[in-house]
Amino acid sequence: MAWTRKHLLSIEELSAAEINLVLETAASFKEVSTREIKKVPALRGKTVATLFFEPSTRTRTSFELAAKRLSADVVGFSPSTSSLVKGETIIDTGENLEAMKVDCFVVRHASSGVPALLARKLKASIINAGDGNHEHPTQALLDLLTIQEHKKRFRGLKVAILGDLRHSRVARSNIWALTKLGAEVILCGPPPLIPPGLETTGARVTVRRETALKDADVIYILRIQLERQQENYFPSLREYSRYYQVNRETLSLARPDAIVMHPGPMNRGVEISTEAAEDRRSVILNQVENGIAARMAVLYLLLVGK
Amino acid sequence: MDLLIRNGRVVDPAQQIDETLDVSCSGAKILRLGKKLPVPSPRTEIIDARGLVVTPGWIDAHCHLREPGREDEESIASGAAAAASGGFTTLMAMPNTTPCIDNAALVAFVLNEGARTPVRVLPIGAITRDRAGKELTEMAEMAERGAVAFSDDGNCLADSRILRRALEYSRLAGRPLIDHPEDPALSRNGAMNEGTLSTRLGLAGIPREAEEIAVSRDIALAGLTGGPLHLAHLTTAGSVELVRQGKKKGLPVTAEVTVHHLTLTEAAVSGYDTNAKVSPPLRTAADIKALRKGLRDGTIDIIVTDHAPHSVEEKETDFQNAACGMIGLQTALPLVNELAGEIPLAVLVAGLTCNPARIFGLKECGSLQPGYRADLTIYDPESSWVLKPELILSRSRNTPFLGRRLKGRAIRTVCGSRTIFKA
Repeated sequence: MAWTRKHLLSIEELSAAEINLVLETAASFKEVSTREIKKVPALRGKTVATLFFEPSTRTRTSFELAAKRLSADVVGFSPSTSSLVKGETIIDTGENLEAMKVDCFVVRHASSGVPALLARKLKASIINAGDGNHEHPTQALLDLLTIQEHKKRFRGLKVAILGDLRHSRVARSNIWALTKLGAEVILCGPPPLIPPGLETTGARVTVRRETALKDADVIYILRIQLERQQENYFPSLREYSRYYQVNRETLSLARPDAIVMHPGPMNRGVEISTEAAEDRRSVILNQVENGIAARMAVLYLLLVGK
Repeated sequence: MDLLIRNGRVVDPAQQIDETLDVSCSGAKILRLGKKLPVPSPRTEIIDARGLVVTPGWIDAHCHLREPGREDEESIASGAAAAASGGFTTLMAMPNTTPCIDNAALVAFVLNEGARTPVRVLPIGAITRDRAGKELTEMAEMAERGAVAFSDDGNCLADSRILRRALEYSRLAGRPLIDHPEDPALSRNGAMNEGTLSTRLGLAGIPREAEEIAVSRDIALAGLTGGPLHLAHLTTAGSVELVRQGKKKGLPVTAEVTVHHLTLTEAAVSGYDTNAKVSPPLRTAADIKALRKGLRDGTIDIIVTDHAPHSVEEKETDFQNAACGMIGLQTALPLVNELAGEIPLAVLVAGLTCNPARIFGLKECGSLQPGYRADLTIYDPESSWVLKPELILSRSRNTPFLGRRLKGRAIRTVCGSRTIFKA
């Protein structure tokens, strides 16, 4: 199939065939990063701007490396050093950068829908690098790539996603991606952190960690943001860990060959124990590594693949 | 100039009239209704209204004219022009301006500015100073100066004790209170209806219970104090049922629904269309059904626009931080017209004429009885048109209906026998 999209705003809008095309493309780019000269000329002459209105180290670095390994020129923009503090609007910022002939914006914002807003207003391609509580599509794509490498399939896999489902854009993108590809997704978290209607995605929902982990092939642990406690989504980190932490003991409920995933950054001792994070079944660093290939694939498809 | 409007379909719910009649007006008053009426005077304009609907002038009991303070978004004059072209002759302006209308001098300002426009502009005063929900305003003096009702508008009176005192005190002012029923603790940070769609879009939701808890409390306090209390813009099936029960007990409550809550579901916000971000939020098809039923059975008394102009900057931003509200003065007539059939026309017209006149004590208004004000809305129920930006007379363009084909158009709006709009 051919890629026809100009933007990557969500996984919800993609078909299974489109997701598979990204995965195939990513797999073929993976080898580039293992070369002595880690570069191909695919995007030579293209300009990619990272537009991060919210702090991020790993996603931004991953996108920058991905673009550079495809020979694109990369410029970064961060609000602290920019005119945003002077009251410039999001759209003005985008239009100003676009006037410098940027081909693609990689956008992160604390508010859901900002990439969609920029896609409506700008001519360049927009990649959603995480918007509010909405989606983080490239995270799901790199997660799929990782699962595929270890499990060789999606259909019939039992994938447990644990943590703050209400505020997690990583969870939303992964739920769409995995259900579209035929995995059995089970979502688990404290009841106040389960938003309404989650089951309409095709995933199952439980509040019991044990139900979620039982015979799981993939355990996906979400970062719990420490400030959620102040908002009374749960009473204490202590109690959160007691009922939702993945550790050596609870890991034993899963299939022996289960893999452990986390989008980072981890709160060791809260949602994941150090033992689980460092277990031989942990593929967390593998996810980080695959981030480059997945993002190379997305950049390539959006800018050349059409 | 006197007027003789011939052969229109005259719909005047206060008199239970719906038939082809002539209407004659002399001075600023209605002279009579009847068949083949004589020309009242040599200085008479004769209007052929065959195929048109003739109703008492429409009253919008809930709109935001932004003056003083945000004249970039709307002025009393520009809002009035939009209203006239949309078939409205009377506007009740909400007090959430800067400064807010919380004293008699500001009530007088709105009245004076309104008097320079072709429509009647009636100020609503704030219930508490600066709408802060703490200290009561001088409601009696404001009423004396011309405030028709009191409301803290978008701010629900969260403190039940203050609302109780305000309801008690409003007896002296002799004017109803309007509350925006929404429990602020439950709705805080919410940007849309809470449900599957808010989960998918990653937006914080406002549960319907936020409204229903406040509606329930408000009705209870109306019972305790003797009211009268008017509930602004109901949005949920549960609220409609609560009001229905309250009215059954004979409690002094009335309620309104906006045109957009009668016609749009939360689906309008998918794609993060900030023009569909309103407070209270758009709900679901089941709620629309209940709201329409509530209107039919008299649970909901009136239809309002909640016309809320906003600047481009306030709307062309991320959904969470975008301002709430849409303009509505020019789209209300066609959207209400499109509902005729499912809801009897007499019910719709009553919700825009005699019912608001009754609730807010507007004298000689809302009906075409002889001696009443000659305020008339004449519209073509079949005329179809597309809402283009250049047709908008408001200073703001925040409406999700832009580009939409609409059926029904004001042909002439008459206020006190004066033609204030002619298509």
